[in-house]
Amino acid sequence: MKKKYELGKRKYVMASIACVIIFTYILRLFSLQLLSEDYKQNADSNAFLKHILFPARGAITDRNGKLLVYNQPAYDVMVVMREQVGVDTMDLCHTLGITPEWYKRRMDEIRDPRRNPGYSRYTQQLFMSQLSAEEFSTFREKLFCYPGFYIQKRSIRQYSYPYAAHVLGDVGEVGPKDIERDDYYKSGDYIGKLGIERQYERQLRGEKGVEILLRDSRGRIKGRYQDGKFDQPPVPGKNLTLSIDVELQALGERLMTGKKGGIVAIEPSTGEILCMVSSPTYDPRMMVGRQRGTNNNLLSRNPHKPLLNRAIMGQYPPGSTFKTTQALTFLQEGIVTPQTLFPCSMGFRFKGLTVGCHAHAAPIPLVPSLATSCNSYYCWGLFQMFSNRNKYSTVQDAMTRWKDYMVSMGFGYALGVDLPGEKRGMIPNAPYYDKAYRGSWNGLTVISISIGQGEVNATPLQIANLGATIANRGWFITPHVVKDIQDEDLDSLYTKRRYTMADAANYEYVVQGMRQAVLAGTCHAANSPHYEVCGKTGTAQNPHGQDHSAFMGFAPMNDPKIAICVYVENGIWGATFGVPIGSLMMEQYLTGGLSPESEEKAKSFEERHLISVDNAIAK
Amino acid sequence: MPSPNNTKGQSTLRNLDWFTLFIFVALVVMGWMSVCGASYDFEQGTRLLDFSSRSGMQMVWILSSFVLGAIIMCVDDRLVESLSYIIYIGFLALLFVTPMIAHDIKGSLSWIKIGSFSIQPAEFAKFATALCLAKVISTFNLDLSRWRDLIICSILVFLPMGLIIMQKETGSALVYLAFFFMFYREGMIGSILFAGAAAVFYFVVGVRYAEVPLWEIPQISMGEFLVLAGIHVFSACMMWVYTSLRKPFFQTLLFGSFAYVLAVLYARYIIPFNACWVQWIVLAVTIGYLFYLSVREQLLAYALIALFAIGSTGFFYSVNYVLNDVLQPHQQVRIRVLLGLEDDPKGAGYNVIQAKIAIGSGGLHGKGFLNGTQTKLKYVPEQDTDFIFCTVGEEQGFVGSALVLTVFLVFILRLIYLAERQPLRFGRVFGYCVLSIFLFHVFINVGMVLGLTPVIGIPLPFFSYGGSSLWGFTILLFVFLRIDAARNRMQH
Repeated sequence: MKKKYELGKRKYVMASIACVIIFTYILRLFSLQLLSEDYKQNADSNAFLKHILFPARGAITDRNGKLLVYNQPAYDVMVVMREQVGVDTMDLCHTLGITPEWYKRRMDEIRDPRRNPGYSRYTQQLFMSQLSAEEFSTFREKLFCYPGFYIQKRSIRQYSYPYAAHVLGDVGEVGPKDIERDDYYKSGDYIGKLGIERQYERQLRGEKGVEILLRDSRGRIKGRYQDGKFDQPPVPGKNLTLSIDVELQALGERLMTGKKGGIVAIEPSTGEILCMVSSPTYDPRMMVGRQRGTNNNLLSRNPHKPLLNRAIMGQYPPGSTFKTTQALTFLQEGIVTPQTLFPCSMGFRFKGLTVGCHAHAAPIPLVPSLATSCNSYYCWGLFQMFSNRNKYSTVQDAMTRWKDYMVSMGFGYALGVDLPGEKRGMIPNAPYYDKAYRGSWNGLTVISISIGQGEVNATPLQIANLGATIANRGWFITPHVVKDIQDEDLDSLYTKRRYTMADAANYEYVVQGMRQAVLAGTCHAANSPHYEVCGKTGTAQNPHGQDHSAFMGFAPMNDPKIAICVYVENGIWGATFGVPIGSLMMEQYLTGGLSPESEEKAKSFEERHLISVDNAIAK
Repeated sequence: MPSPNNTKGQSTLRNLDWFTLFIFVALVVMGWMSVCGASYDFEQGTRLLDFSSRSGMQMVWILSSFVLGAIIMCVDDRLVESLSYIIYIGFLALLFVTPMIAHDIKGSLSWIKIGSFSIQPAEFAKFATALCLAKVISTFNLDLSRWRDLIICSILVFLPMGLIIMQKETGSALVYLAFFFMFYREGMIGSILFAGAAAVFYFVVGVRYAEVPLWEIPQISMGEFLVLAGIHVFSACMMWVYTSLRKPFFQTLLFGSFAYVLAVLYARYIIPFNACWVQWIVLAVTIGYLFYLSVREQLLAYALIALFAIGSTGFFYSVNYVLNDVLQPHQQVRIRVLLGLEDDPKGAGYNVIQAKIAIGSGGLHGKGFLNGTQTKLKYVPEQDTDFIFCTVGEEQGFVGSALVLTVFLVFILRLIYLAERQPLRFGRVFGYCVLSIFLFHVFINVGMVLGLTPVIGIPLPFFSYGGSSLWGFTILLFVFLRIDAARNRMQH
């Protein structure tokens, strides 16, 4: 009887087992469905194929509205492995101009899940990228012979002119670091690599759009999600207008053929860069399409470093062009007056130290010293400044004051041009010399900085900017290459004036000096009957070889439209290359072309080569 | 005087348990909606009732199962009872010949093709076995607490089970273990059920989590740790159930948990070591303590519990040893696959992970009828058969899936109530067979989808697509309802 009763109780055990199971499962459901967000996100990426719609990249024009960079359709060959059967491989290779080995290797690569993580037999895989127009047209005609092969349209950059490669930069596939830095990019996207393509990437790229498609577990597309309700159209990139004048740029590149160095021209009133030549250069079209990798390698291995933008990355001794900064400093600090005379006996001689100079009348005041480019004048000036214990308690104080002047004129720090990779040049300061000379140094020790030698280094951009500050009589606007961004204001950095520490009145003496240099001094060759040119040569000693030839100038004197720096490595005298090239450039810009005589002159300079021009960098 | 026939028909209708019938219809309707969701194709659009589609076919199966139910209601329950042995033997024979005439579907030899239909005899053999067990137990009034009677019944279960294993349908075969619930209700000692559950726990947990480190401590295998902890907890619980002293129970439980937690913390934060060593020491001490208690209290129970602990430990390590050292690698894999411990066409646990993603993406309210993306886009394998519950989870959300589980619970509890009210043992045994089968199916199927039980391919009753399984469950349920409807005859 007892046993019977106990067995009857077992129905409760059975019922409890059922209850415990179901309640456990409901708890599990609760945790899966309500407590964890992970599964929901997982599901999204699983079933939705976000098909990216690429925006058109912004076009780039020069200051006169000439189209420089635009987009051109390119064609990728895609393959769906499952459908690709019975294709005549030999014929396909022939049409595409590839070898059967390449075909086999590429197919293996596509199938290898390690190299191609998203591989599916059912979806399009990239077989070959960026067919040229001719390749595309022959391939399209025969496409029906190759089941499983498709063509996908992409757009690549195209260039109207073979010029300004360093400014324009190029576009390439994103690297892992870019993807890490900005999650906008996905593998295979394009990003600006150099020049303004990189600097203005955000404006040029636009915003990718997305089309949400549903796909099954084998990757096959099953239709659009909610009829495209959540799709986003792509936003095209913004167009840029450069301040570059492509005609001027073209002439600059012509004149610099076979020479190393750079030319920078700036519109003084706006800080707009009119041309930026770095030589040797290359055709920007080399960096487009499938041959980009090969060409990039070729250029980066070239001993003349054509990829280096010397205009902003080359750091050279500014030489005598730097004397203008000294004159301004001495005047402003009251070390000299315009009437102060300094002796010159074929150079600066003091306590056994000699800095050589050439033959000219002596002693001379400031304006002729600029015109004749007298070394002695500036050595005396710096020596007096650095020895003046009434004004500066120590030589370090004097040095610091001097450095502040140089920095205010745009030296020693990167100016902030809107191009990547700008170098800062070098202006030494007191701690630098304290360290170098263990605290025992004076004006004589560092005397060569007064003539733009020694520790002083500057980029051609900084020297051109110096020309602009003199042209403006005491201020500059940060130089920049982009004049206008579609529907967007320029950064205020490129619209605000930056004043130097010298007064406009003192600038007038320097302008006079530079005018005299053109009329009756070192820059005589730059003189023009049509406008008043001011200029200053520079011949910078170079411990590694021939002196560098430099020219800094602006014109017209009283309503400056262009300030320029020409810097030719190993060009010997400033007057040899710097002055004539600078004068041709000014003529081109101010008169809109070259006179027949100037054209002759330009031709002769184009043919004077200091380095051998090899195929890689020939256009 | 109404005619006998008329009386019978009326009383059947009057005595039919309409509540259960209502739950049956509700489950079938929800099941049909899930099949629609699972087989709906975005490309094809809505053609839910097209007979060429899965949902259309399922509707055919559903309607025919209603007809089948109605027919069963018209058959005299005593006829069914008297045919028990014949049905059982007939099905054994059918199961025996099935692998020879079956055509191979994904390695399974369980389908027989009749015309354009395929049927799976294994789904109906459950009914035959249940009928036969009920007949045997009630006719000979077997007492399942006696070993001889238990063995007789076990043989009746193991015969069809073995035949089904020969068809390579291990999942369907394992369902026959459900009859042990009925054995328990009919007197089998509880320890057997408990020992069986414990053995399954040791095996499944031990093997599945053998390679998983506990709390990122590489020296500790989660499987081993959990099994040893389980043995400890089981032993303590048995002390609670089988003896009256409370102090030793608390001592064992607290001492054990304290030592385990301390060992794991030490391994985690100070020096990583295999904390299972501490478990062995604690288990050895506990076993010694149990023997001491047995002598002190003059109670055999303590000694038996100690033997249980020793046996459990021995069982676990010998299973491990056999699996890892005796068997060939391909045999190991086969066993793991059979138990659903390894099932990865696309990498470890693909199916279960996809199922969890589908369910998890449902959220509270789900994505709505036919709006699930995971199931429809065929991420979930077997989405309208074994993994149908994913569709419920994804499209109906927590609310819908919890409701479905609750309805199943109510269904099973109702069946327990019906079974218990049977005046004859035949009816009760058959009732328990039916409800045990349903419970087992729900337990394994939903548990598998939720990643809690091994992946054993058995259908979810009334939900999974397929005529054989739906008819099989319908026959089981309606025969029981028919027997239940006749329960008052004895009282007349």
